[in-house]
Amino acid sequence: MEVIMKMISELSDEIFFNLIRENRYLYFVNGFGVSVQLTISAALIGGIIGMIVALARLTNNKILSIIAEKYVDITRGTPVVVQLLIIYFAVFATTGLDRVVVASIAFGINSGAYVAELIRAGIQAVDKGQMEAARSVGFSYGQSMYYIIIPQAIKNILPGMGNEVISLWKETAIAGFIGLEDLMRGAEIVRGRTFSNYTPYLVIAIIYLYVTFLLTMALGKLERGLHKSD
Amino acid sequence: MIKVVDLHKSFGKLQVLRGINNEIHKGEVVCVIGPSGSGKSTFLRCLNLLEEPTKGEVYIDGVSLTEHKKDINKLRQKVGMVFQQFNLFPHMTVMENITLAPIKLKGMSKEEAAEKAVQLLRKVGLPDKDYEYPNKLSGGQKQRVAIARALAMDPEIMLFDEPTSALDPEMVGEVLNAMKQLVMEGMTMVVVTHEMGFAREVGDRILFMDEGIIAEENTPEELFGNPRNPRTKSFLSKVL
Repeated sequence: MEVIMKMISELSDEIFFNLIRENRYLYFVNGFGVSVQLTISAALIGGIIGMIVALARLTNNKILSIIAEKYVDITRGTPVVVQLLIIYFAVFATTGLDRVVVASIAFGINSGAYVAELIRAGIQAVDKGQMEAARSVGFSYGQSMYYIIIPQAIKNILPGMGNEVISLWKETAIAGFIGLEDLMRGAEIVRGRTFSNYTPYLVIAIIYLYVTFLLTMALGKLERGLHKSD
Repeated sequence: MIKVVDLHKSFGKLQVLRGINNEIHKGEVVCVIGPSGSGKSTFLRCLNLLEEPTKGEVYIDGVSLTEHKKDINKLRQKVGMVFQQFNLFPHMTVMENITLAPIKLKGMSKEEAAEKAVQLLRKVGLPDKDYEYPNKLSGGQKQRVAIARALAMDPEIMLFDEPTSALDPEMVGEVLNAMKQLVMEGMTMVVVTHEMGFAREVGDRILFMDEGIIAEENTPEELFGNPRNPRTKSFLSKVL
């Protein structure tokens, strides 16, 4: 009994020090906002880059295709945190751009490589006979893509895109490296004040997990909707 | 209507077609038979440039396909094609499958195209399937929709690439019947097939292909009744 009482009082102390005192919960709330903002803007940038790069890889133009391939190789072959630091300190160092914008671009460029591969694989997974059938009635390559191939490819691509957003949500936890106060950084600041060993991290772990859980659920709904016409 | 001159096609080192010459006239039904790997399908696919010839020429109404690659989309509208694997568009209803090309390529109105599609579906014996998705249809029904889809563009000639080879035996008849209907209407047709009975019944001319050339060609009576080439004889003795 005494042990339990002691635990409860310790827990309430932890919560008090890490969340309530000096309105420390605001670090988590504001950090959450930054993380969400980064995820959404990086996903949008990544989606656009991914589409362009996938098309570049699929064209018959050798130069475009090679550039696209190298971009994918380099981006997937180096750690995101290194890319983030290079983009912040080397590429945008003198521009004075807002850090959120720089980080969004960095995460977007990284995500774009994965999205490009998703789109490419999704398009290539459409049966070859579909293109032939479309061409045989007289559609051009572009029309065949637009009316026949892409609508089918989207079904293959969307689930992967959802997973990509989930990855991004967790990946943005390194934004603190360039001084952004995201969720992760918020926890570190609080820990710096309270010297709690793990409570701030536990708090953000629960937040990350819960958002991932919500995204996964939404994705499941979407997938079930997509397969209705099967 | 279609003229083929010295047609060669190689895939890498593999020579699939080794010099094919032939002419297909308006209203003619030509059936192409032969062992697998003899180049039948490749020959057919060269006729609408789904495969690009390595050497030689294909003329449609006197226009060379290889010299007019820019106009290939227009030229293909004259040539309907039916595939072994049907290749219906799975994300569209039967109606959309049939009307998409006439609406987008011929500028037909939706109503006009739909009316035509209804007629075509009746012709192939599927009057009440307009709003089904392909995955709800049997193989034989899919193939008949594919025939209707090709006919919707009013082609001058129809190419059939083993149209019944992917079907369950009990569905072969319904597809062949739809094809016979076309023959009776005087459609020009090139049919790659393993259905010897069908070839014999409706073919005006049979081409026997072996190892990338036309090894023998003749009327069905002669080719099936009195084959001259020993390879034709040996092939027919195996399949008949």
